[in-house]
Order: sequence, then structure tokens, then C-alpha cells
Amino acid sequence: MRQKIPGLLLVLFWASLSLALPARQEPVTAEPAAAVAPAPEVKAGDTPNDGGKAITVTWQASPDEARGLVDGYEVLRSETAEGEFSKVGYVPYGFTSFDDQEVPQNARDYFYQVKTVGRGAAAFTLSAVSNPAQAREQWFNTARVNALISCILFTLIVVIFITRAKRGQSLFIRRIAGLAAVEEAVGRATEMGRPILYVPGLSSITDVATIAALNILGQVAKKAAEYDTPLLVPNRDPVVFTVAQEIVKSAYAEVGRPDAYNHDSVFYLTDSQMGFASGVDGIMAREKPATNFFLGMFWAESLILAETGAATGAIQIAGTDAISQLPFFITACDYTLIGEELYAASAYLSKEPMLLGTMKGQDWSKALIVFLLLAGLATALIAPGTRDFILKILKVG
Amino acid sequence: MIFSTNPWVWVAAILTLCIFSFLYKENPFYRFAEHLFVGISAGYGVAVYWNNAIVPNLFVPLFQQHNWWFIIPGLLGMMFFFRFNQKTGWLILIPMAVLLGTGSGMSLAPTIQTNILKQMQSALADATNLKLGGWGLIWGIVTLFGVITTLSYFFFSREQKGLLRVSANIGVWFIMIGFGASFGNTVMGRISLLIGRVQFLLTDWIHIIK
Repeated sequence: MRQKIPGLLLVLFWASLSLALPARQEPVTAEPAAAVAPAPEVKAGDTPNDGGKAITVTWQASPDEARGLVDGYEVLRSETAEGEFSKVGYVPYGFTSFDDQEVPQNARDYFYQVKTVGRGAAAFTLSAVSNPAQAREQWFNTARVNALISCILFTLIVVIFITRAKRGQSLFIRRIAGLAAVEEAVGRATEMGRPILYVPGLSSITDVATIAALNILGQVAKKAAEYDTPLLVPNRDPVVFTVAQEIVKSAYAEVGRPDAYNHDSVFYLTDSQMGFASGVDGIMAREKPATNFFLGMFWAESLILAETGAATGAIQIAGTDAISQLPFFITACDYTLIGEELYAASAYLSKEPMLLGTMKGQDWSKALIVFLLLAGLATALIAPGTRDFILKILKVG
Repeated sequence: MIFSTNPWVWVAAILTLCIFSFLYKENPFYRFAEHLFVGISAGYGVAVYWNNAIVPNLFVPLFQQHNWWFIIPGLLGMMFFFRFNQKTGWLILIPMAVLLGTGSGMSLAPTIQTNILKQMQSALADATNLKLGGWGLIWGIVTLFGVITTLSYFFFSREQKGLLRVSANIGVWFIMIGFGASFGNTVMGRISLLIGRVQFLLTDWIHIIK
């Protein structure tokens, strides 16, 4: 212990001295920050399979990237090799390519430079100028060959079945539980002397679910006309409204009751999603329909509508292909047509050759998909080397 | 409790309470808010269509850029007005046919890509990935099994009997498990919407939350 005391005193002396005296200032030197190495091998070329608006620029990572000195790469474009380059994009380190999606003109030469941006104090450096590149449009997207083949195949299957249906061949479609309830639901409304509410979804006419819903509307309108039951059809889309009005009018005429058709039974509410929902809720609460049909495409309003309908005591039949909304309909409605059941329902009810053929075509396409999945699984497990090839065939371009 | 002095916050808060009153029963306050909402949104919708659809997609290309091709969609759109006349009402079938045809045609390839090819690829990717080993591979195969049995439920060309019935019943279980997860997820989202509205009342209106 005694041996350590002089050393301790020496340390304390130097410590007190260093606190008493002002710290010596190190002279500030204006040394330039070390520049990072530029990105080598900058190449530019037309972006494949596009409409002629983009050029893809690629480069090798700067050697300083591995040392953690690079923050990212700025991509610069010019109309001439010697001209003024301007920034068109930035990618962080780790990326070595950039798609310039805003090429001003196609079929014209553009040059590129890549500016390696250093991290912190490290300065940037410019790469060599790339080769000239032109953006050109391609008439055929080779990355979508698989989609083309699938389209042709499925269309062929559907056309074969439509042709068979049109020739009068009987095409069987199994009975769907929710459909059996349609007649019962219309009958209930008639007995109770209350209207039927039919909401053909909130989507546009180009939505398959809307088309299926309008097909079913025709059948429901016929039953309503036969039983002289009032029908209410609120609409969100102006075009769907026009079509729905024509369908209901035709249905009344087809069963020989054109006089019973009420022009105001099919009406337009509003384009606003929640505005429409509150409007339909109000109708349900005031008119107290005995039966509610919610068929077509629905979003967040599905539960609001179905819950209000359930609270009014109506029998409710719903159907949609919106996966996120189906759980709500299943919970709050008496019958729910799940996804493709909605399309099948329209074919089943209308018995139209076009719809029946399409339904059959879809069915056999599904069988083909199951077969391909099983074949793919077996092949990839027996010969693991084929796995990458199988997945590549299915890759979406 | 300090109430907001902004009149628009008062309007929004009172209308919110009017809409919430529906939770008790249909009443004149709800009816007022509902009709106001439907009317204003319908009117607003017309202005939105005009400014966001008709002006940039028809008037600008036609009258400013003199792109005369746009006369064709313009005329097709105008044909919808024929429905006001009984004699010429059938002419709206033309724009409707164009709308449906182009809509279906344009959605065909993306639908096949995303709903069929991408799904098939995802289903096969894990089920055939031997590197996953053990449970990873088993789950991959279970998922693929779920896809196949679910597809069998939506096969309408045969009565659900025998093997198809067994497969379809298993498929229904997979569907219901998926719906259960989706239900829980969406309910959480809805609750956050309710929280947002209550937060507006307590923060912007009566300033209880700061």
C-alpha cells in the first residue's frame, strides 16, 4: 500500500494541473475529406417490356461500400456525353440499378452518370459517362407469356362450354344453399306486406360481382312482380343505377306486369360510400323491409348495413367476392353466398347458356389448377432440381 | 371543460352525435344528419366527377390539346342521355357494351396473373422448399392442401358426394379459419376508427384530451 502512495500522488498532481491550465487547442486543419471511390461499369439500356418511357441504369458497387463509407448513389442524366447532367433519381447503398421512368422522349440518345455519395464527411465522386441509351416501346411483354397462355387456355375452355350450352346440352350445376332461400325470402316479404330491399353492391359496372348481382336482381324482380311485392333498389354508381332500372323494368314486363313497375323503386342515392351506407340504413329503419339482399361488391360498409338489417328483423341474403367483408356477412346475415357462389348463383337462377357455360368453364379450369398444383408438387419433391423451373413458369412479370 | 370556439368543429361534433344517436334508434336527428350527408355527398360527387374526370380526361385533351380522338369517348358518354327519351333509350346499350367489354378485357390478364399464377406460385413455393425442413415444409404442404380443398368447395359441376364432399368440408374449415383471422383484424381496424371519432369529440370539441 505504501509503495502505491507516491504513484497516486503523482496522478493527482497531473490531474489538478490539467484542470487548472487551459486545454491546449489543436490547430484546425482544413484537410479535404477523403473522396469515396466512384461506381465502376455504369451501363444504360432500354428497360425491357415497357411502353418506351424508361431506361435502366446499372453499375457495380463502389469499392468503398464494403467499408461503410457510401450513403447511396445519385443517378444523373444528360442529352449529350459532355453536356450538363441533372439528377433523375437516388438509390441507397446496396442497390446497383435504377429505372429512369421519366425519360423525356423515346428513340433518342441519353447519357448517364452515377454520383457516389459518401457518408458523413466523405465527399462524392462521379463515375464515367455511360454508353448512350434509348427508351423504346415493346409491343409484346415477354414476361407475361404465362399469362397469355393461361388466358388462351381458360378462354378456350369457357368457349367450349358456352358452345355446348348454346347447343342445348344440359349442364349440371349443384344447388347452392343460399339460393333456396331466395324464393322463401320473397314469399316472406309478400306475406308480411313489406318491401324487399336489394343492394347491388357499391362497385362499378365493370366489376364481376356487380354483373352477377344484376343478373340475380333480374330473377328477384320477376318474383317480386309475380307476387306484387314492392322492391327497393338503392344505387351508388350512376351506370349501375341505369342498368338496374332497365333490368327491373324488363323483369316486370317479362312476367306480364309492366303496369306494376314503379319507376322510383330503383333509385340513385349518392356516390359517397358512407353517405350511401347511412342512406340505406335510414331506409331499412323507416321502411322495415322484410327481406334484404346485399349482393355484389362491398367494402367497410358491409357490417353497418348487415347489422342494421339484422336489427330490423329482416331475413338477409348476402353475397360478395370481397374476402375481407365475407366474415361480416356470415356473422350478421341468414345466408351468405361466398365468393364464386355469387357467380354460380346468377348462372343457376338465370339458366342462361352464356352464364352456365362460363360457370362450367371456370369449374374445369379450377380442376386443371388443382391438377397442375399436385403435378408441380410431385415433380418438385421427386426431382428437387425442377423446383426453380416450375416457380419460374408461374412468375408474374 | 372548455368547449371549442370554432363553429365548424361544433357542426362536425353535433352531426357526429346525430349519427351516433342511431345506435339508440332511428330518430329525427339521425334523419336530418343522414339526409344532409346523402344530399351534400351527392352534390359534391357531381363536382368531383366534373373536375377530376370530365375536365382532365375530356375537355383538356379535346379543347386544349386538340386531340380529336377524344370525340369518340365523349360521344359514347353523351349517349347515356338517350335514356331520357323512350324512343332512343336503347342507344345506351352501345356505351354500356363498350364499357363492359373494355373493362372485362383489360382486367382479364391482371386477374389471371394475380389471382391464379401468383397464388399457384406462392402455394408451391413453400410446399416444395426442402431447405425449410421440418415444420416449415409441413406448413407449406398444409397450406397447399388448404388451397386444393378450398378450390374443391367451389366446384359446382358435381354434387358434393364421396371424396368431393370430404374435401369440400375440409375446405370449409380452411375458409372459416381464414375468415376468423380476417374478422379479428378488421374489427381492430374499425375500433381504431371509432377511437379516432371519439378522440375528435374529446380533443377538438370539448378539449378534455390535450
